[in-house]
Amino acid sequence: MISANLSAIFYLISGILFILALRGLSSPETSRQGNFFGIVGMVIAITVTFLSIGNFSSGFVYVLIFLLIGGLIGAYIAYKIPMTAMPELVAGFHSLVGLAAVFVAIAAFLNPDAFNLGSPGDIKLGSLIEMSIGAAVGAITFSGSIIAFLKLQGIMSGSPITFKGQHPLNALILISIIVVTYLLCSTQSSNLFWILLGISFLIGFLLIIPIGGADMPVVISMLNSYSGWAAAGIGFTLENTALIITGALVGSSGAILSYIMCKGMNRSFFNVILGGFGATEQSTSTGSKEQKPVKSGNAEDAAFLMKNASSVIIVPGYGMAVAQAQHALREMVDTLKKNDIKVSYAIHPVAGRMPGHMNVLLAEANVPYDEVFELEEINNDFANADVAFVIGANDVTNPAAKTDSQSPIYGMPVLDVEKCKSVLFVKRSLSPGYAGIDNDLFYKENTLMLFADAKKMTEDITKNL
Amino acid sequence: MEIDPFIFRLSIFILSIFIGYFVVWSVTPSLHTPLMSVTNAISSVIIVGAIIAGLAGNSENIFNISGIFGFLAITLAAINIFGGFLVTQRMLAMYKKKKKDK
Repeated sequence: MISANLSAIFYLISGILFILALRGLSSPETSRQGNFFGIVGMVIAITVTFLSIGNFSSGFVYVLIFLLIGGLIGAYIAYKIPMTAMPELVAGFHSLVGLAAVFVAIAAFLNPDAFNLGSPGDIKLGSLIEMSIGAAVGAITFSGSIIAFLKLQGIMSGSPITFKGQHPLNALILISIIVVTYLLCSTQSSNLFWILLGISFLIGFLLIIPIGGADMPVVISMLNSYSGWAAAGIGFTLENTALIITGALVGSSGAILSYIMCKGMNRSFFNVILGGFGATEQSTSTGSKEQKPVKSGNAEDAAFLMKNASSVIIVPGYGMAVAQAQHALREMVDTLKKNDIKVSYAIHPVAGRMPGHMNVLLAEANVPYDEVFELEEINNDFANADVAFVIGANDVTNPAAKTDSQSPIYGMPVLDVEKCKSVLFVKRSLSPGYAGIDNDLFYKENTLMLFADAKKMTEDITKNL
Repeated sequence: MEIDPFIFRLSIFILSIFIGYFVVWSVTPSLHTPLMSVTNAISSVIIVGAIIAGLAGNSENIFNISGIFGFLAITLAAINIFGGFLVTQRMLAMYKKKKKDK
């Protein structure tokens, strides 16, 4: 058994190692080292917890067994998961953090002696408040992440689910969470604790169902943030520095990512959270424009255009992930490079279903990361490029965001694809993107539509090069 | 008058938010997905609370109700810790620079 002071110092060290783990991600070269720091920090935290309790009886064996079971499941998932399923995986992991926070809070509520928080029915007020916050936020994270997971996995429809009185109902539940927490802290009643958990699960569910599939980058980042605040709440209860530091880091990390994603769509955070985007627009602007002439081509035409180009910019989007076209795309680019054509990739901040989704897929296909550029870095290059190859992206290229103040996406930063000499658009049909708006780019003189599955089309182009 | 230890924890918390703010802004956008998976892994340090609950019982009643929740939380957090760090490692191993000899 080691002293409480010594273990507190070790928890601080592991907190610092977690900071270094995030710091490492500032560049791909240092990132692997950063991940290693994170692992060391975790090992220290767990070891110190064992040593500070110093109870190596039969309970210890069970702890190790459950640790091992969880570890094996986690390792299995980590090795098996395809990179295209990363958003679902992250959502699933968030739900586990949330549920673990709830379980720890329940354990602490039922057996406060073990945590030095008082005795059942007489828990220290401060601890009870912290515990309630941790449990409530954890429960919201859990049920919200489950909905996000189901939507991403396609088990649940990605379209927003809205009903009358939704916002007043949510507001009512949020107020009742505060009231129940207050009553719980004044009466210490265990019934109120369960009610608090119940309504927190409910609000997590209700908060995420009205949010559409394409807003998932914001939702996932937001749930990431919540899981951090839940951990911090539990950290205060347990008076554990490592947990407080980590909770704060993760909480602010998720909040920043949400902000970046919202900015990428030029929407306010509340606009996304209140949800329903896409459901209202769809009816108004589709249909009428379908009649405009569109130039469509086949793989041969596309290959011809690209062969005669000297520089090509590739714009990937969620469609590339759905079609699993990243490897085929890389092969096409390899062929282009052999013909001395300069190729770069342009990534919009909200391309895909989570922050950085496209970058991971391209990295998986062995695309060197120094050929992949962010919107601000590459947007001026479109004017000098010969061909823009848009694969599975739509709204992020729509010039209406710059020109049409009536458009729902007006003001959203977009890739200036239309400035290229010619644009190749791989798409399955003319259907509008998630914003439900038509893309003027489809009808431009210099646009060639390639109607096909992204993977198949890319393979065919490679054959024709 | 003595300062409540809570204030010290609150100070750590708030300063950590600032650290998080500056550190996360310096994360390159292309690594945002690994950032999410690694934050997932580290937030599972909540396992320390689960271990305390799991070890609280004596040998006769290891599986009392609070202990059971502890063991469940250990399993969930362990899935996250191993899964989170390993999947991050797998992703980061894929980020390669352009080969010079091409």
